[in-house]
Amino acid sequence: MTTVAVLVDHRDGAVTRPSLEALTLARTLGTPVAVWLGSAPAADAAALLGEYGATEVRVVDAADARVASRAAAALGAASADADVVLVISTFVTKEIATRLALATGAGVVVDAAGAELVDGKVETFQTVFAATWDVRTRIESDKAIVGIRPNTTIAAPAEAAGAATVVDVEVELPATRERITHVEAVEQGEGVPLAEAPVVVSGGRGTGGDYALVTELAELLGGAVGASRDATDEGWISHEHMVGQTGTTVTPALYVAAGISGAVHHRGGMQASGTIVCINMDPEAPIFEISDFGVVGSLFDVIPQAVARIKEHRGA
Amino acid sequence: MRILVTVKHVPDLQSQRSFTEGRVTRSGDDGTMNELDENAVEAALQLVEAAGEGEVYALTVGGPDAVAAVRKALQLGVHHAIHVSDEAIADSDVFGTATVIAAAVRKVHEEAPLDLVITGMAALDGLTSMLPTALAAELDWSQATLASALSVADGEVTIERHLPDAHETLVAPLPAVVSVTDEANKPRYPNFKLIMAARKAPVAQWSLADLGVDASAVGKAGARTVVVDASPRPAKENRVKITDTGDAGTQLADFLIEKGLA
Ligand SMILES: Cc1cc2nc3c(=O)[nH]c(=O)nc-3n(C[C@H](O)[C@H](O)[C@H](O)COP(=O)(O)OP(=O)(O)OC[C@H]3O[C@@H](n4cnc5c(N)ncnc54)[C@H](O)[C@@H]3O)c2cc1C
Ligand SMILES: Cc1cc2nc3c(=O)[nH]c(=O)nc-3n(C[C@H](O)[C@H](O)[C@H](O)COP(=O)(O)OP(=O)(O)OC[C@H]3O[C@@H](n4cnc5c(N)ncnc54)[C@H](O)[C@@H]3O)c2cc1C
Repeated sequence: MTTVAVLVDHRDGAVTRPSLEALTLARTLGTPVAVWLGSAPAADAAALLGEYGATEVRVVDAADARVASRAAAALGAASADADVVLVISTFVTKEIATRLALATGAGVVVDAAGAELVDGKVETFQTVFAATWDVRTRIESDKAIVGIRPNTTIAAPAEAAGAATVVDVEVELPATRERITHVEAVEQGEGVPLAEAPVVVSGGRGTGGDYALVTELAELLGGAVGASRDATDEGWISHEHMVGQTGTTVTPALYVAAGISGAVHHRGGMQASGTIVCINMDPEAPIFEISDFGVVGSLFDVIPQAVARIKEHRGA
Repeated sequence: MRILVTVKHVPDLQSQRSFTEGRVTRSGDDGTMNELDENAVEAALQLVEAAGEGEVYALTVGGPDAVAAVRKALQLGVHHAIHVSDEAIADSDVFGTATVIAAAVRKVHEEAPLDLVITGMAALDGLTSMLPTALAAELDWSQATLASALSVADGEVTIERHLPDAHETLVAPLPAVVSVTDEANKPRYPNFKLIMAARKAPVAQWSLADLGVDASAVGKAGARTVVVDASPRPAKENRVKITDTGDAGTQLADFLIEKGLA
């Protein structure tokens, strides 16, 4: 039987949606166990993990796991018996996965859009080269570590869900040479974080710095606000909103690009989205090449009208 | 101050990138130095300039065409160039690549100690961002990744890193592996004099044997992951493009409603 350890992502004690997506995927590969780094989860969080199929919640009370080598040691101790380890692909978990792989001999694929077992080996799917190619990779080693992108599996509770047993894992974390001397929490906006959002509405230079309309549309669609690099460089909106190859990679069901030209760096971070919509004054802008629905026009005319129509439809 | 910068040869972002038999097609014409490694080169040059002394090495691992990546680094002003190439390296995964780079770093370090290895935040083809961590672990050096600012003093490197949940200041003792983001600096342009000099500058060519690396540990033989299939994604069908003549917002909304997205 394949044991699949899922590193749970949690914020303020709550399990995030990508963690539930990962547990859903884990069930298709084998028996999921959840790994929780930090002080023990509240009863409702542990119960939720059980509902999504975790048979155990293994808690490593390693509050100071911000350094990759320590987090990897904690995850390693809690996943020693696992054939597959799933993490949510982020810059931080990629480092944890790398350290764990070096300690265990596991092969790693990050930014995967899915995984399955073929003849006892894990095979993953990835979209690469700004989502113009699909790649299937086989992990040959006995242990496999996979970084999964949010929004690539539809989270669903397990049919025959039991209660997950909470288990404490004791581990001596290694000393590190690096010291984190200052941590300043980034104020989290309301609503869903960009990487996890089912809908992203992004504004670029074409907004001229006015994010009111972009924000209104995002809120109406239950989504998050994104931005291009030019907009964050201008200081119109904070860096955390930047979508692209060097910013956040997003794969929402719907991506709206307003006043964004569609430079290759930007496309690399959003081209794998389900449906892509753009609003741009310039009919030659490259963003039209990858849009399912493109409007040549001003976002200042188009967005208010679209918002009014959606509200009218919902009221009807 | 002695710094080694890793630079990867990647297909040009603006070109038609593709795979041939599970391997990235790398032709000399469409290949360039990974854009994000310009930030690594710039960071190294600035540190040496600020210290008033020192040397910068550029190192690439790749096939015969990859030499173009270190030539570009020479044009930007690095002092020494190294190209590690060996048929046995082809199809390396991140760990195989890290083994080779680590061996080359050790060879330079043994001649005269290095203070830092600086890498880009990601190679714009593989895009795993795993190499810097794998390299630090292989070398058993300290690690300071995703630096949007860095400084060196008293045998330590101090970096700022912007993570989605927090901004951190991290201090690591030298020698260290540092990766820099594209926010760390604004890369310089090559000047004419350096472009001319770069053409003639020597590039050290090293094989696995020169590095004492066992060929079975790298390349296809050592890879823990293997690409079993690569295919171009089909173009999207039924794409719509309209010009606003007064009701495009309504049409856009109707499109979203019909798709169940609004
Ligand atoms: C190493 C490197 C990494 C990078 N990484 C990223 C990244 O991760 N993410 C990223 O986004 N960029 C990145 N960039 C920058 C990228 O190359 C582009 O410069 C940037 O994406 C352009 O932003 P933009 O589309 O907002 O601006 P522009 O390219 O200036 O486009 C603005 C668009 O708005 C349109 N417009 C103007 N007014 C209106 C209006 N009223 N209504 C509708 N449309 C209007 C214009 O027609 C134009 O097409 C990177 C660059 C480098 C060199
Ligand atoms: C599309 C694609 C997908 C891949 N997926 C995986 C995977 O899932 N797992 C896996 O183990 N391997 C994978 N590989 C192989 C991996 O990309 C290479 O081994 C690569 O050399 C290191 O990883 P990276 O390109 O992702 O580098 P990153 O970690 O993204 O690069 C960071 C920095 O490391 C330096 N660097 C990286 N490679 C070199 C080099 N050859 N020479 C000099 N400096 C370098 C550069 O400074 C670069 O900016 C993949 C390759 C491709 C092309």
